[in-house]
Amino acid sequence: MEFGHLISAFTPFNFLLALCGVVAGTVIGSIPGLTATMAVAVLVPITFSMEPASALILLGAIYTGAIYGGAYAAILLNTPGTPSAIATTFDGYPMAKKGDGDLAVAIACYASVVGGMVGALALLFIAPPLSSVALAFGPIEYFWLSVFGLSLIASLSTGNVVKGLVGGAFGMILSTVGVAEISADIRLTFGSQTLISGFGVVGALIGLYCIPVLIDLVATPDRHLKVENEVRSVRITEAGRIAWGSKFNLIRSSIIGTLVGILPGAGGSVAGLVAYSEAKRSAKPHQKFGEGEPDGIMATEASNNATVGGGFIPTLVLGIPGTPPDAVILGALLVQGVRTGPTLFESGGSIVYTFIYGLIIATILMLPTGLLIGRYAYQTIVTIPKAVLVPLVGFMTLIGTFAIRNSVSDVVIMIGLGVFGWLVGRFGFAASPIVLGLILGPIAEQGFVQSWTIGAATNNLSGIFFGRPISQAIVAFTILTLVYPLFTQWRSARAGKISGATDAE
Amino acid sequence: MLRRTILKTAAAMALAAATGTTAFAQTNGPVDYVIPFGPGGESDISARLQQPFFKEKFGQDLVISYKPGGGGAVGWASLNGLNSNGQTIMGVNLPHIIIKPAQKDVGFKTEELNTFYMFHYTPDAIVVKADSPYKTLKDLVDDAKANPGQVTMSGSGKASANHLAQIKFDKMTGGKTTYVPFKGTGASTTAMLGGQVKAQWGYSTVGAKQGDAVRMLAVAMEERHPLFPDVPTFKELGYEMVGGAYRGIALPNTASAETTKKWSDMIGEINNDPAFRQKMLDGGFALLDVDSAGMADFMKARTEEYLKDAREAGLIK
Repeated sequence: MEFGHLISAFTPFNFLLALCGVVAGTVIGSIPGLTATMAVAVLVPITFSMEPASALILLGAIYTGAIYGGAYAAILLNTPGTPSAIATTFDGYPMAKKGDGDLAVAIACYASVVGGMVGALALLFIAPPLSSVALAFGPIEYFWLSVFGLSLIASLSTGNVVKGLVGGAFGMILSTVGVAEISADIRLTFGSQTLISGFGVVGALIGLYCIPVLIDLVATPDRHLKVENEVRSVRITEAGRIAWGSKFNLIRSSIIGTLVGILPGAGGSVAGLVAYSEAKRSAKPHQKFGEGEPDGIMATEASNNATVGGGFIPTLVLGIPGTPPDAVILGALLVQGVRTGPTLFESGGSIVYTFIYGLIIATILMLPTGLLIGRYAYQTIVTIPKAVLVPLVGFMTLIGTFAIRNSVSDVVIMIGLGVFGWLVGRFGFAASPIVLGLILGPIAEQGFVQSWTIGAATNNLSGIFFGRPISQAIVAFTILTLVYPLFTQWRSARAGKISGATDAE
Repeated sequence: MLRRTILKTAAAMALAAATGTTAFAQTNGPVDYVIPFGPGGESDISARLQQPFFKEKFGQDLVISYKPGGGGAVGWASLNGLNSNGQTIMGVNLPHIIIKPAQKDVGFKTEELNTFYMFHYTPDAIVVKADSPYKTLKDLVDDAKANPGQVTMSGSGKASANHLAQIKFDKMTGGKTTYVPFKGTGASTTAMLGGQVKAQWGYSTVGAKQGDAVRMLAVAMEERHPLFPDVPTFKELGYEMVGGAYRGIALPNTASAETTKKWSDMIGEINNDPAFRQKMLDGGFALLDVDSAGMADFMKARTEEYLKDAREAGLIK
């Protein structure tokens, strides 16, 4: 990796492309329904007339911007702009409600830059050895990973685990509607043509998260977000201080994001959830995750941006796309005549390294542009009158849902789920467990069916399910996640008895 | 709507960026090319490869959009409701459009789709890791006979081209392998490379992508693929297997015969461009030229074969 590649990445044209890509990506990602995959797919034709390296830089910049942009809607509207930002809502929206939305947006920006850099540096220096992670994960590892993700339901729904589990189970049932991904069976459609396509994750996200917010906005006289009398000018340094104080969380989450990004069957949403769960598990006693804890935002945002670089590792080294946007980029490369796969790093080396430097430049550019756009987005949402905000956001949800595949029935399903989510929300059932079930259900199901098929064929069911070291480690982590809260409760109860609760909140 | 607008803007930008071409107006304005799957799959990549050639030859943009869901069924069920003036076309895939409607009511019937061109197929192939103990097809068949069920093979989906190939091949050899369905060819390749399964029912495109990391034991073509002169065909080895997953394009069935003919000629022209053919072969595809005139016979033959295989395998009634 000579510095010649750095210089060729740094041509004014490529620099401009990276800048435009980051800005376009951030804006697209912030609109619920317009995902990173779609942003990249829409812009692929533009790259046909470019040099392969420039095309890659543009696509990579859009991708990385879109993943960050997803945080805006998550923080300010409680609606993940992209599925990767689901866990950002857990603490981002409570922060915004407390009047700290600008701080949350700035923190998310720092975390995204750190995560993006860790992922890109891993891609630059240790991609070939890391790519073996993608191959080490078999069906059973995906099964246990999704179980681990589902275990988050228990810790998310503090106070009411049963309702959380009911929501999760409901989400998993929703995920089985339509044509089954691998068995091709048509399930639970009750003869309806509309239900054959099933419940898409993006539409469900918009419905379950955004519609209840809109209904509450209309139903209550309060302002959308609390604001101080004077809009504080800059909270960038304050956010920087908080981020620096959580550097271990940032690095840990970035590493988790990179590793999960390498796994072709997982992606940004799973990375965010795993990192969130780890941050929560290792939280200090005074931190209250789920009520506006900056560490929760940082864990999610660092890890989901790390999946960008991580996902490119199997894409470029093995020719296996790590994430859905990678699949699109891989296709664009093929059209350009660049052959990815095992030989690319050796034969097409210069393109690869120019691209990686381009990705690093785009990630760095995300810092100023992200802070700037973030501030603008925050001020708009805060100052805009409710009578404008509600129809505007409502309109966006309709467009975003329709744009997924130009389908009116998707919009109807989205609204139906939204009203349903609002109704059950009044009885204490939160949206997140349902969405977790919807996303992780299919991963768990596929992994289970495949593992069972392989295990039964080779007469080694127990060996497949429990005998492999990686799955054993994931199972151990799952148990730890489930048991640890009980342990800390027990410990603090005991400490409370001894010292008489000296901790002041 | 918004996405259309974005797509069209993007297309316009691409138009501005591309060098001027001598355009003769075959079509009026950009054409919507709907892929009934998500972006990044082989159907998308095939369309992406056609995109620049269409622009070059006919001066119009081919704007690719996606309508995924139900294994393609959502897109195909909507096809005949789309505008039939020739500005909207949709990708079609075999065996999907034959097997799906035979399984259950999925909102469309095979014969209702106005498929006007089949441009290529990805030939079935058995792929193993480079360090696999199976050096030849015979090694694998012998193992499958000696240890019934123990030879696990990954493939993309159930009741799919891969699955039908596995069932058919087992019947021919008298061996018994275990088919493990994955979500798409990418995931099934990963499972094979990671040693989760012993072999893969994939396509020649897997060999093109993975290069030296894999070995193809045989491909289901009439003759050897030019990209893989050392890989035998099933036929050479005594198994009557030729086929795979076929791709083509359809118009809404209300389109006039004239529009259909015009489109068939245009796609045929792209398919016969030497540079395009080379790109397709480099990607591991096998080219095919079934135009609108020959479509009825082609579909009839394929339908009979697929339905027979699927019925014998118990996939449909």
